[in-house]
Amino acid sequence: MNIVVCVKYVPDAQADRTFNASDNTTDRANVDGLLSELDEYAVEEALKIVEAGEGEVTVVTVGPDQASDAIKKALQMGADKGVHVNDDAIHGSDAIATSLVLAEAIKKIGMPDLVVTGMASTDGTMGVVPTMLAERLGVPAVTFASELTVSGSGVSVRRDGDAASVTIEASVPCLVSVTDQINEPRYPSFKGIMAAKKKPVEQWTLADLGLDASQVGLANAWTAVQSFEARPPRAVGTIVKDEGDGGAKLAGFLSERKFI
Amino acid sequence: MAEVLVLVDHVDGTCRKTTSELLTIARRLGEPSAVFVGAGYDTAAPTLAAFGAEKVYRADSDALTAYLVVPQAELLAQLVERVQPAAVLIASSAEGKEVAARLAVKVGSGLITDAVDVQSDGNGGVVTTQTAFAGGYTVRATVTKGVPVIAVKPNSAPPEQVSGAAAVEAVDYTPSALAQGARIAASTPRARTGRPELTEAAIVVSGGRGTGGDFSKVEAFADSLGAAVGASRAAVDAGWYPHTSQVGQTGKQVSPQLYVACGISGAIQHRAGMQTSKTIVAINKDDEAPIFELVDFGVVGDLFAVLPAATDAVQASKG
Ligand SMILES: Cc1cc2nc3c(=O)[nH]c(=O)nc-3n(C[C@H](O)[C@H](O)[C@H](O)COP(=O)(O)OP(=O)(O)OC[C@H]3O[C@@H](n4cnc5c(N)ncnc54)[C@H](O)[C@@H]3O)c2cc1C
Ligand SMILES: Cc1cc2nc3c(=O)[nH]c(=O)nc-3n(C[C@H](O)[C@H](O)[C@H](O)COP(=O)(O)OP(=O)(O)OC[C@H]3O[C@@H](n4cnc5c(N)ncnc54)[C@H](O)[C@@H]3O)c2cc1C
Repeated sequence: MNIVVCVKYVPDAQADRTFNASDNTTDRANVDGLLSELDEYAVEEALKIVEAGEGEVTVVTVGPDQASDAIKKALQMGADKGVHVNDDAIHGSDAIATSLVLAEAIKKIGMPDLVVTGMASTDGTMGVVPTMLAERLGVPAVTFASELTVSGSGVSVRRDGDAASVTIEASVPCLVSVTDQINEPRYPSFKGIMAAKKKPVEQWTLADLGLDASQVGLANAWTAVQSFEARPPRAVGTIVKDEGDGGAKLAGFLSERKFI
Repeated sequence: MAEVLVLVDHVDGTCRKTTSELLTIARRLGEPSAVFVGAGYDTAAPTLAAFGAEKVYRADSDALTAYLVVPQAELLAQLVERVQPAAVLIASSAEGKEVAARLAVKVGSGLITDAVDVQSDGNGGVVTTQTAFAGGYTVRATVTKGVPVIAVKPNSAPPEQVSGAAAVEAVDYTPSALAQGARIAASTPRARTGRPELTEAAIVVSGGRGTGGDFSKVEAFADSLGAAVGASRAAVDAGWYPHTSQVGQTGKQVSPQLYVACGISGAIQHRAGMQTSKTIVAINKDDEAPIFELVDFGVVGDLFAVLPAATDAVQASKG
């Protein structure tokens, strides 16, 4: 089974993430970036499937120069090859445009049996690119998989919904997005790190995908961020040490604030 | 006035609170039209009328319940092309966002998710408010192309009752082959706890690793306040509480009036799910736990001592 995994390069959540004041886009230059943590689960799941059977794992990212780090990490984990779509015109793209670029890249790679993605990125956190991608590729999507089983002609997924835990079956080709419940992503081994250096990474521009700059980027986004502001820091609260009266003091606070 | 389509969020006809919130928001933008998909219409009808739906588009073929998201998106796309609404409002749940994503691509519209406020811009457009970067920023955004498709979080507007005509129109819909590509093969309903739903609750009391697996004190305190119970990922990973109760980046994002964190350290991924709560309270035995940076009120102490005492005090005050 051939698998394409979509991996996103994101600013580190542990750093002070912010926006560019000039155009209201995410600041990706002044904050260290890395492979979105939640995409590690997607890479791991793809590797497990291929290791248990056969086929190849290709990882694809859409992002600036530094996004090659995301590909590198996935290759070190064990993916076979990478595709980096990098074009200045893509800066500031919204989810709609990102899904368009990813879809065209996947078509150029050659439609795999399975496309695997993370449940959401750790920066935009919309969780909609996978579904948009499936819509564009004309395949079913099964999102938020907490368990994935592959059989000859399809996949079976456990998804833990609010009202019920459901088993969903879909035929391949299809797209599956995975949660952080599905597996424990491996750390790259020394051997993996060395091997990754020799793995092929393709560099594609919009032109390589037959796309035009007018279809992507900030100026052509179908949504626009008008303004952003840091949330005011929370007012410093009252902290008491429990001396046997902590519960009563807590109840006192709640009644003062009219919760009881 | 243009119609505003609201996808009814319901379980077998019992409307979630978001439905009345979305209908309330829809009135700011135009005339609310509810789109009801699935079984149980008779149960839902009075709620839709009571919160101002002028029209109700109704589709309840079996195809709409056996398959996932795609039928709802196809049906909405059909309606969008026909009525050219001012906007489409959908609950920003996992499923709602998927419907919204497919719909946006189908009809060529910009999409905004996780909106916590939606207002008219006065010129027929829509301005939304979202939070970004684990609640650290507030962002205002607009949709600049197509019919705005907006996924709105629970608790984004106090529902206002206004009676609507709720004129029903049955919609003909035949699912495409793609709509049948993924199907629900089995379903194990979750046991009902009798507590409010996490994302809708006014008060949430959560437990973490500090509970050591004993959630009884957390639950008792929650019940004294009529609250929902949440959990940190450490508690979920340990198997102490179901994943559907997890609060945080990869769990639920909640924004209640009051959030009480018990035995939770306050990691960034947990904060991402609760930082926008109006009032935050924590009980933790470590006075240096990062959660205390967020609190309005904190108790440094053992949750097994503090919670039962607080529960008793709450019960006593109720008389
Ligand atoms: C604070 C903020 C608010 C935003 N608001 C909006 C908005 O309202 N509307 C809008 O359309 N856009 C918005 N954007 C832009 C949007 O986040 C980006 O366009 C992004 O490319 C797609 O969305 P996401 O990061 O939320 O991805 P998600 O949908 O959360 O991503 C899920 C999965 O898709 C895959 N994936 C996503 N992006 C890539 C990529 N570049 N390369 C490879 N794989 C990828 C990964 O597998 C990932 O795990 C916003 C961005 C930020 C930072
Ligand atoms: C990709 C990814 C996604 C994640 N998503 C989430 C998410 O959605 N939600 C989430 O919560 N986490 C998430 N995490 C995990 C997160 O980083 C933390 O590990 C987790 O939140 C810790 O849970 P905790 O606070 O319960 O445990 P700990 O950090 O171990 O904290 C336990 C706290 O309990 C206190 N304590 C112990 N005993 C008592 C007692 N008797 N009385 C009072 N206090 C006591 C301790 O002082 C300590 O502060 C994610 C991590 C990753 C890598």
